[in-house]
Amino acid sequence: MPKLTIDGLEVTVEPGTSIIQAVEQLGIEIPRFCYHDKLSVPANCRMCLVEVEKSPKPVASCAMPCADDMKVYTNSPMAQKARKGVIEMLLINHPLDCPICDEGGECDLQDQTVAYGFDRSRYREEKRAVKDKDLGPLVKTVMTRCIHCTRCVRFGEEIAGVEELGVLNRGEYLEIGTYIQQLVTSEMSGNIIDICPVGALTSKPYEFTARPWELRKTQSVDVSDAVGSNIRIDTRGGEVLRVLPRLHEDVNEEWISDKARFCIDGLKNQRLDRPYIRQNGKLQPANWPQAFEEIAKRLKGVKGERIGAVVGDLADCESIIALKDFMRTLGSTNIECRQDGAQFDASEPCGWRFNTTIAGIEKADAILLIGTNPRTEAALINARIRKTWLAKHIKIGVIGQQIDLNYPYKYLGAGPETLEELAKGKGAFADVLLKAQAPMLILGPGAVCRDDGLEIHALARKVAEKYNMLRDGWNGFNLLHTQASRVGALELGFTGGDLDKMLKGDVLYLLGADEIPVNRIGKDTFVIYQGHHGDRAAARADVILPGAAYTEKNAIYVNNEGRPQLAKQAVFAPGEAREDWKIIRALSEIAGKALPYDDIAQVRARLVEANPIFGAIDAIKPATWKPFGKDGDCDKSPFGEYIANFYMTDAISRASKVMAECTDAFEQGKKEKTGTHG
Amino acid sequence: MSFFDRTAKSFLLVEIVKGFALTFSYIFRPKVTLNYPFEKGPLSPRFRGEHALRRYPNGEERCIACKLCEAICPALAITIEAEPRDDGSRRTTRYDIDMTKCIYCGLCQEACPVDAIVEGPNFEFATETRAELYYNKDKLLANGDRWEAQLAANIEADAPYR
Repeated sequence: MPKLTIDGLEVTVEPGTSIIQAVEQLGIEIPRFCYHDKLSVPANCRMCLVEVEKSPKPVASCAMPCADDMKVYTNSPMAQKARKGVIEMLLINHPLDCPICDEGGECDLQDQTVAYGFDRSRYREEKRAVKDKDLGPLVKTVMTRCIHCTRCVRFGEEIAGVEELGVLNRGEYLEIGTYIQQLVTSEMSGNIIDICPVGALTSKPYEFTARPWELRKTQSVDVSDAVGSNIRIDTRGGEVLRVLPRLHEDVNEEWISDKARFCIDGLKNQRLDRPYIRQNGKLQPANWPQAFEEIAKRLKGVKGERIGAVVGDLADCESIIALKDFMRTLGSTNIECRQDGAQFDASEPCGWRFNTTIAGIEKADAILLIGTNPRTEAALINARIRKTWLAKHIKIGVIGQQIDLNYPYKYLGAGPETLEELAKGKGAFADVLLKAQAPMLILGPGAVCRDDGLEIHALARKVAEKYNMLRDGWNGFNLLHTQASRVGALELGFTGGDLDKMLKGDVLYLLGADEIPVNRIGKDTFVIYQGHHGDRAAARADVILPGAAYTEKNAIYVNNEGRPQLAKQAVFAPGEAREDWKIIRALSEIAGKALPYDDIAQVRARLVEANPIFGAIDAIKPATWKPFGKDGDCDKSPFGEYIANFYMTDAISRASKVMAECTDAFEQGKKEKTGTHG
Repeated sequence: MSFFDRTAKSFLLVEIVKGFALTFSYIFRPKVTLNYPFEKGPLSPRFRGEHALRRYPNGEERCIACKLCEAICPALAITIEAEPRDDGSRRTTRYDIDMTKCIYCGLCQEACPVDAIVEGPNFEFATETRAELYYNKDKLLANGDRWEAQLAANIEADAPYR
């Protein structure tokens, strides 16, 4: 354990700690451009120079490991002079266009020039100009502003796993770019905007819209997948302008997927801002009392078993429990959250959670992916797998589709028979799993969204049990979901109904359920749709109740691991739309069976009563291992692809123009072009 | 003696005559008042009057929507919205100044990196309704076009001291 002195303060650090990390532990700030804690250390910006005693030259603190009896001075005249020189050199070719730069106000170069630089320039020669690169519809480039910190290149190589950006040429001609003219095809490419210390890479959809000092920042949770990424919603005047990641080491580190970041323009399109009632076959605008009266009229005299409720992908836990309680007062047990028809066993939490936890992936040394493409289904879980692979070169096996992952894997087979073989101890990957200290498997929606899902669920359990994936402090069985509401709904027991029976019932209550087979809804079924977007199911509805989107309500979402997280209200819902649990509460009163809670605190108390996990926000209560699934023969057909288009998976992203542009740029490009293209 | 003197002066109205003489003498001196609105006093090039948005000589508006004037305005009188124009340049779609809030401190023109927003020499913009004092971008650009010659001259005259 090296013991050193920094600015006169003694500190003892772990061996291998760099000076910049040791200094950070003391709370002293060292300016930097290229150093980033989640990326490798290239030491090429030279901004973090400090004076070290007995060293004739200043030392780059990000690359210098601490040693015993070192004496470091972070603010000595030598360090100050070195920084001033570095800033002046970086500004030689940096344009003075801060007033039109979107980074202005949150720019590292701007801040550090003010703090450590000088207010005059001695440079009188020509500045250079660099041609801008086309990186697709999400990232805008102004390459003249680039200071060559190579953070984006390292992000691409290390985190995203797409080696598309690189450094070209040398010296005066040095440029960051793609080697050939191509887009950055990563589902996490938006993060290079955040890590860029200058305005070279900025957000295209957010281009020129606002300055950082105008924005109101709200801490929230992302709902575009089940990872539950922590986000910060930036708003101005009732409009969501951008979404940025928030640091959470156990969930998303400091990255978010492009869908989470850029789907927000969908919140302005196709919104339901007032109730509607179908009259003479057409949806007519109405007001709340009329809509409630209409529903109450229809509910009267209908038997509980003829009423069904389906929860959609973006529903919050408060509205789920309210709907469940409402259904119970109506005498109905026909409730279901698996609107996509997934057939796993919903009785045991260990069977449908991500038991290993996302941070736990880093401890694994062998991973088996079954019927899943984590890259599109949970981009940040995939990033964690890649991080683990990069650190330890763990063995990864895939059963299902031959997918394009950003780490090498061994392809084992296409369908359940490969899994069956593995359960019997046969196959090439069996040895790997047997030898592994901490093996884990991830069962994806492609494997359980089929008629024999229950059998496959049991089969996967057998594999987990056979290969020692369950030990003290280690649970290697994981079921991957893609829906933000799914685990929350399962924790609250919003399941057990027969989807087909519900679709043909008398009354069907859809809480934002857009992925149900709308064309299979019975002709005479009275459909109540409560949600925020006029998407697939709203068109079939008989009464529409306008709800709030995730940015517009205080709500709890449970992520794939079983971690309840708080989303805070950033803006108000448009028009007459209201928070979802309040709508259900109001409706229950008019239907004659008022629910026993009047404010959010009471609803949350009810949540804790229904399931104690809601008592501890941001904590995981590990599930105990119990058998689940159903033994039986599986269908021989191969596992399918669950998400065909990463950029459009829910009502919000389907209404988003930016996501449509991404689909056009990235997804269509994968398919072969036909004669009608251009 | 002094008694007779005082009595004689008061009977002969000497002090009043002296006073009138002074008053009447002003008839023959040059006048110091101005015949406003037909005559106006001199204004400094730094005079902070009505706002204007300037253009470049080729007709392109100067404002680049950097929002520094909005940020510095102590009265929160300025509201700006921006988006990329068709040619990709950064422009305002909305530039409002609430002249009833404005305190004419001149910080907006100090903050402007392109000399777009300026406070011009015009101080005669009283209106009959408050609504007319909510200036929008069109009004400010029109002001700029109207006063450009003088605005440019003022900026040039003040340039050596900046």
